[in-house]
Amino acid sequence: MNNTLLVISREYLTRVKKKSFLLTTILVPIIIIAFYAAIIYLTVKGDDSSKSIAIIDDAGLFSQTPKPEKSKLTFTLIKGETEKSFTEKYKNEGYEGFLYIPPFSLDSPKNIVLHSPSSIGLSTSFEIDDLINEAVVNKRLVAQGIDINEYNRIQSKVSISNSIDTKEGSKRGVAGVAYGVSFACGILIYMMMVIYGTQVMRGVMEEKTNRIAEIMVSSVKPFQLMMGKIMGIGAVGLTQFGIWLIMIFIFQITIPLFFPSMTNVSAAASNIPTEELSGAAGIMEGLSALPLLKIGILFIVYFLGGYLTYASLFAAVGSVVSDDQQEAQQLIFPILMPIILGFVIMSNAVSNPHSTMAVFGSLFPLTSPIVMMGRVAFDVPWWQIFTSILLLAGCFFLFTWLTAKIYRVGILMYGKKPSWKEMIKWVFRKS
Amino acid sequence: MKVLELHHLKKYFATQRAVDDMSFSIDRGDIFGLLGPNGAGKTTLIRMITGIFYPDSGDIIFKGKRFDPLNDITRIGYMPEERGLYKKMKIGDQVMYLARLKGLSKQEAAKRIKIWFERFGMESWWNKKVEDLSKGMSQKLQFVTTVMHEPDLIILDEPFSGLDPVNANLIKDEIFNLSKNGSTIIFSTHRMEQVEEICDHIVLMNTGKKILDGTISEVKQDFKEHIFNITVDTPPFSSDYFQILDHTTGNWRIKIHENIQPNQVLNEFIQRGVQVVGFNEILPSLNDIFIRLVENTATARAFQTINEQ
Repeated sequence: MNNTLLVISREYLTRVKKKSFLLTTILVPIIIIAFYAAIIYLTVKGDDSSKSIAIIDDAGLFSQTPKPEKSKLTFTLIKGETEKSFTEKYKNEGYEGFLYIPPFSLDSPKNIVLHSPSSIGLSTSFEIDDLINEAVVNKRLVAQGIDINEYNRIQSKVSISNSIDTKEGSKRGVAGVAYGVSFACGILIYMMMVIYGTQVMRGVMEEKTNRIAEIMVSSVKPFQLMMGKIMGIGAVGLTQFGIWLIMIFIFQITIPLFFPSMTNVSAAASNIPTEELSGAAGIMEGLSALPLLKIGILFIVYFLGGYLTYASLFAAVGSVVSDDQQEAQQLIFPILMPIILGFVIMSNAVSNPHSTMAVFGSLFPLTSPIVMMGRVAFDVPWWQIFTSILLLAGCFFLFTWLTAKIYRVGILMYGKKPSWKEMIKWVFRKS
Repeated sequence: MKVLELHHLKKYFATQRAVDDMSFSIDRGDIFGLLGPNGAGKTTLIRMITGIFYPDSGDIIFKGKRFDPLNDITRIGYMPEERGLYKKMKIGDQVMYLARLKGLSKQEAAKRIKIWFERFGMESWWNKKVEDLSKGMSQKLQFVTTVMHEPDLIILDEPFSGLDPVNANLIKDEIFNLSKNGSTIIFSTHRMEQVEEICDHIVLMNTGKKILDGTISEVKQDFKEHIFNITVDTPPFSSDYFQILDHTTGNWRIKIHENIQPNQVLNEFIQRGVQVVGFNEILPSLNDIFIRLVENTATARAFQTINEQ
């Protein structure tokens, strides 16, 4: 058997056979899902402790104590206190905060202050903003002599639905779902690139510190050793990805068994053309509108392209450092920079998938795997996809060619970390 | 037949002439000692022979043909001074992996591993990891992985370091065995008494250059100082033939002057009626020769700038 294949199979089997592989493969998505579920839950639900807020209304904005619906906040109107005198007291009187509304002109209300012992939450702040805005609007309506009920009837709250017209017919798109899927793909590819890239680096460092590098290169060429390691670890990544796909598939089959109502809603939803979709039904509808197969295939292509491009850089870093983690950190930093840049562009691209920045980021090979995954849900022109894949492949070959030269020298060097100048010299030296 | 011939081999690094015009050849079945002080360039030379480094200039002829690292490295076994194995990998898998990288089929590798493990009493190690082994045990394992594929050329760098006398003898016997079965062995060490015991042929290098080349007896003859040990019952007389260096009871060490044959000395003793019980030449030990040759050069190589590429 070819030596590169032997190296690949060793790198692959030693990792896949570990108990920790199965454990992380199964646990990581569960932890990630639980983590995001917790964040979403907390954001939606907000702070669940009720708060009582005192109001000193010197402007006469509230004719009666406001009692907003569905709110954790309870308000109390305080009379006969000034902002100054009450600032010292409100905590002792059991209020979490007090709102001071100074006298103001209705045309430009300002200087309204919420006093609180610690910084207030975002949702509380929004809620109080809304409360005051509503009161000001009401006041203005009265001042203009407009009936409030009349005004409410005139106001409009429309949300548009997006019909995506393809050859297969029209599907209803849900912007939020496309956004969510894009962002998830972008994050996943970012994480996999960093995680597997560092694994390559660690593997090379292990060979160096265990001093097996010299024995290995007396049997295989350094390039075979490096490519074998990179491909073996890449195969581990694909295996992990495959297991996740199977898990998703199983979930998709089993979840409706436990929650039959969801599928019913989904089926029913397609018969409701105009009303707004919400919750699980909306997500299902949105997902079915996305080109999932295309996204899946491109995910694998870009994972491989991005991983292979960066893995050779990580391997080169591993080969020049000894077992000093700090040295490795210093050298990883410049590699992580474009990955992080890609992540930033991707976060932007999911909202503006066709902006110049997004297009550039998805063509530039150092950022394209992450950025393109943030865009594929939004119908990217094929020429951009092909150009970006070609550039990525070219970049992979260039990097592998350059880093292999650093690797073959670095792997047999012990002691001092070589300087950038020395490494550049290795690259341009004819072998 | 020559297994390995080196012709004017050179390898310069940025600040060192690591190997500077090295030529020698090794016969099939020889146990060859590659000697030299620290930093003499031995490791660089070995790395060129094992295909890890390309020489800057010069030729390596392996089994009569120009050395082709890609194919010929499967016929070489190399045990570097810095031992290395995958610590977390199971020993059985590891030996199998290294053997297959040297081109053995799975079945062939399994068969040979079984033989070697039995010979060295390592059968119970199969499912252990290298990190569970003591230094001496991993040394034995390393030796097995080096010779498993029955290479034509075996390069051993300090093979006995860290071994107790029993295990050292075990390895030594295997080295003799391998050489008897046609493998050629390059043996690199600083331990001169081991070289005297094992090697047929030696090369001594210093600062990248060859300073000595020959069989052990040739080298000793070349460096002999005409010192003899004579065992007699009565103290010897002073003579024009020799001078007395020192003595212990009944034994005198004498240095024979230039152009005097040992028989002339012996004759004189006999003619004077001295009872000679023993008379033998004391050849210098390799250790003495080594020290004499290397002593007056710098103990460490100085860094220098090298312009030639």
